[in-house]
Amino acid sequence: MRRIILIAIPYLWLLVLFLVPFLIVLKISLSDFAIAIPPYVPTLDLSAGWSGFVEFLSQLDFENFIFLTEDNLYWKAFLSSLTIALVSTFLTLAVGFPIAYGMAKAPQSWRVILMVLVILPFWTSFLIRVYAWMGILSQEGLLNQVLLALGIINEPLTLLNTSVAVYIGIVYTYLPFMVLPIFATLDKLDDSLIEAAEDLGCSRTQAFWLVTAPLSRPGVVAGCFLVFIPVLGEFVIPSLLGGSGTLMMGKVLWEEFFTNRDWPVASAVAVVLLVVLIVPIALFQRNQQRQNEAGR
Amino acid sequence: MRRLSWFNVTALTLGFAFLYIPMIILIVYSFNASRLVTVWAGFSTKWYFELLQNQSFLDAAWVTLKVALFSSTAATVLGTMAAYVMVRGGRFFGRTLFSGMTYAPLVMPEVITGLSLLLLFIAIGLDRGVFTIVLAHTTFAMCYVSVVVSSRLVSFDRSIEEAALDLGCTPFDAFRSVTLPIIAPAVISGWLLAFTLSLDDLVIASFTSGPASTTLPIRIFSAVRLGVSPEINALSTILIALVTIGVITASLVSKRAFVRQKNAGELGSHA
Repeated sequence: MRRIILIAIPYLWLLVLFLVPFLIVLKISLSDFAIAIPPYVPTLDLSAGWSGFVEFLSQLDFENFIFLTEDNLYWKAFLSSLTIALVSTFLTLAVGFPIAYGMAKAPQSWRVILMVLVILPFWTSFLIRVYAWMGILSQEGLLNQVLLALGIINEPLTLLNTSVAVYIGIVYTYLPFMVLPIFATLDKLDDSLIEAAEDLGCSRTQAFWLVTAPLSRPGVVAGCFLVFIPVLGEFVIPSLLGGSGTLMMGKVLWEEFFTNRDWPVASAVAVVLLVVLIVPIALFQRNQQRQNEAGR
Repeated sequence: MRRLSWFNVTALTLGFAFLYIPMIILIVYSFNASRLVTVWAGFSTKWYFELLQNQSFLDAAWVTLKVALFSSTAATVLGTMAAYVMVRGGRFFGRTLFSGMTYAPLVMPEVITGLSLLLLFIAIGLDRGVFTIVLAHTTFAMCYVSVVVSSRLVSFDRSIEEAALDLGCTPFDAFRSVTLPIIAPAVISGWLLAFTLSLDDLVIASFTSGPASTTLPIRIFSAVRLGVSPEINALSTILIALVTIGVITASLVSKRAFVRQKNAGELGSHA
């Protein structure tokens, strides 16, 4: 009896506050838009019981989803989200891997301190870290001042409100998510394997590509997913650092909901985003499971 | 032990410079006397005084703190239960669904979580306010807590628990006197994680808050959208300072606990 209560409490909590809300989103994404509160006409009438459900199925229409395919804006937002997520995942890996590698090669006594230094920005507000770049990247910002003073450029560059700023923001805020899993795998890596490779005639670079790189794969894969998945739905970075030209699904959903007040379309965007994410999320879970099994 | 190569030193220096220089610039400019954030006009602390007189920021900070305290505590209780069920629960109906639901919120985009919770609250006619934010934060934070706690539960020896049961403990007593002390560090760090996540959250709070329940991130976001301002620099500096003190204290405490444990282990092996 005790056991059932213990299982039931977190189970019911997640059912009611995690699963049921998704079903509601799905339902509203199939509803019609109306100018009222709530601004939609439900097409599924649960109070009518089974006959209501049959009627819902017979009148089922995907007009909100069809609307998404008809308007160019959503295609563009979808494609640019994917591009931004892919490119910034790659950039974060390029910046993060050397840091993780350097940390793993550092003397044992430093590693804890370096770890804390990587985690510290993660505990600091995400919003504040994005905001810090607004001051640096603006027209009169510090970066332009420095570049002008050094004589590298003659006129201030427009950096804020461009996709360059979005990339910088993403790499900066998601860097710990990339560094920590890679460091975790590199830290466990047996140094004698590399020594063996070098004894067998590998150069340092060869040993890196033949031994270290393949063995660090689980960490790299985990880090890439941890960056790619949340960036796809990112809202804060594109709305603060990107201009009106930077379209991302998360931002479109937000504006559809709060500015246009078109709840059915916002819900349809959420459903599409979720469908796009199912594959990477499933792959991520498999990768984590495999790593857990390997760890035991 | 190999020496650090020039490559590793460069990678670490550049990497940490990239991570910290933006925040250092933010902190330096919060002491700027000029209203223009980009022009240095001498040292001043006036933005801190202006911030402390800004009632809307103080109210928002109070709401945020209340939400974080309630939701992180609830999330810790629920998350620890979820972790215990996952690791020790054995088989039960819908186990796969349950484990999916404890993992999914970790990777779910916040806009989707926020939107779906808001639509739920409207569907059941719950007025939006502090209570709805607490519900929302508890839900996503409990999943983080359960991951942290279950990793600790997996790695400790189950036979200690079974010994307690054999010696006549009730399952609840065994949990309280054996399991809980062992997983306590994970529970505490889970609570801290939930607390920070709640303090930091903008997107989910924006969807689930009502007009009278603006949290600090929502307040900051609406101010920041209009551009860079010295008050926000001052506010950011205060928050960065608090987090730094917190993280350093926590890591010192856990390091000391680790050393003590190690010493105790060595004493034990000598005896």
